[in-house]
Amino acid sequence: MSEQTGTWWIWRVFWILLIVTAVEVILGIIKPAVLIDNSFLGTTLLNLIFIVLTIIKAAYIVMEFMHLGHEVKGLKLSILLPAVVLIPYLVFILLTEGHYIFGTL
Amino acid sequence: MTDITKNEKEAWSGGEKPFVASYGKLMMWFFLVSDALTFSGFLSAYGFMRFKYSHLWPVAEDVFTHFPFLKGDHPLLFVALMTFILIMSSVTMVLAVNAGNKNDKKGVTLWMLVTIIGGFAFLGSQAWEWGHFIHGDKGGIELPNHEIVHVVDEDEHFYSIYDLVGVDSYADDVNITIDDVKEALAQRPDLGIRLTDKSVVSDAAAQAYLNNAEVVLGANLIRNEYGHQLFANFFYFITGFHGFHVFSGVVILIVIFINVIKGTYERRGHYEMIEKVGLYWHFVDLVWVFVFTFFYLV
Repeated sequence: MSEQTGTWWIWRVFWILLIVTAVEVILGIIKPAVLIDNSFLGTTLLNLIFIVLTIIKAAYIVMEFMHLGHEVKGLKLSILLPAVVLIPYLVFILLTEGHYIFGTL
Repeated sequence: MTDITKNEKEAWSGGEKPFVASYGKLMMWFFLVSDALTFSGFLSAYGFMRFKYSHLWPVAEDVFTHFPFLKGDHPLLFVALMTFILIMSSVTMVLAVNAGNKNDKKGVTLWMLVTIIGGFAFLGSQAWEWGHFIHGDKGGIELPNHEIVHVVDEDEHFYSIYDLVGVDSYADDVNITIDDVKEALAQRPDLGIRLTDKSVVSDAAAQAYLNNAEVVLGANLIRNEYGHQLFANFFYFITGFHGFHVFSGVVILIVIFINVIKGTYERRGHYEMIEKVGLYWHFVDLVWVFVFTFFYLV
């Protein structure tokens, strides 16, 4: 595993996380009409932006703070594959089904 | 590390680390994978119910509106502060791990202490958030078909039922009946009732809706003034489960902090234990990133 020297990379990740969160909060407060009125893949553009920004934050936390980006390939894959395969699969099934039974029962 | 394919006999005799990570760190990673799947199960279940009852689901910015010492509505502000506290404590945790890699006992002690304080700050904020959620904000009205509707002003913003009937929401034994609301609403033609299909009715039509309705103040596992009951149940369960993770994280941090002060890891020659608790602490931050998005933003 490669050792990073100094603490500058920690503060770099901190600023990225902080700025991304700030962008999310500002978008959540002003809710630009153009992002709410247009939808894509069954949800508004605003929600898609939130989800993409969330995944960016999650990637920085896992890859830099948890150091996974600097581990060997085998470890990386055995941690990431179960999550990136199973979680979107489960989300897809449950949201599709939830939408399908909307207003029933 | 030697190449395990080069000398098979030697490799089978044990002691190899194919992932170049210690046993303890690997097991922490595998625990975190299973925990991540648990949390994604909860959040997907939340999404399932939210899609099923999307017309009855409350909008987060009508629910979480308070900020300490500020009057009026400030949606998202407090939860943004909580997110900042958790990100900050994650940063101090990396700084502790970083100091540990250099065997810098003073640095580890300092940064772990700051991380523990951040953990307590987050737990305190969550207690405050729960307190407000339980107490309720502006009150709701439950129709006979169990749908929750709200009193709104001309701009369709929620209007407090407490203000409508002129009661202090923090007074002892607040008791507002539906007849109080009907009576007060009859005096206020500018106010109306917003139904679950987002249409607003006022005057006689509003009075007709309030027959056999009930006033709901606050939220718990049985009643929820903000909207569909499952919203409150998922809120308590998921943020509660996350808060419990934060609490356990703080306890583990304190135990390891004491060991750092006692010099346990200095004698051991390495501070790998800090890395392991660091992994757990970052995971708690990671989960919060998703809870923040799916409970408060989307």
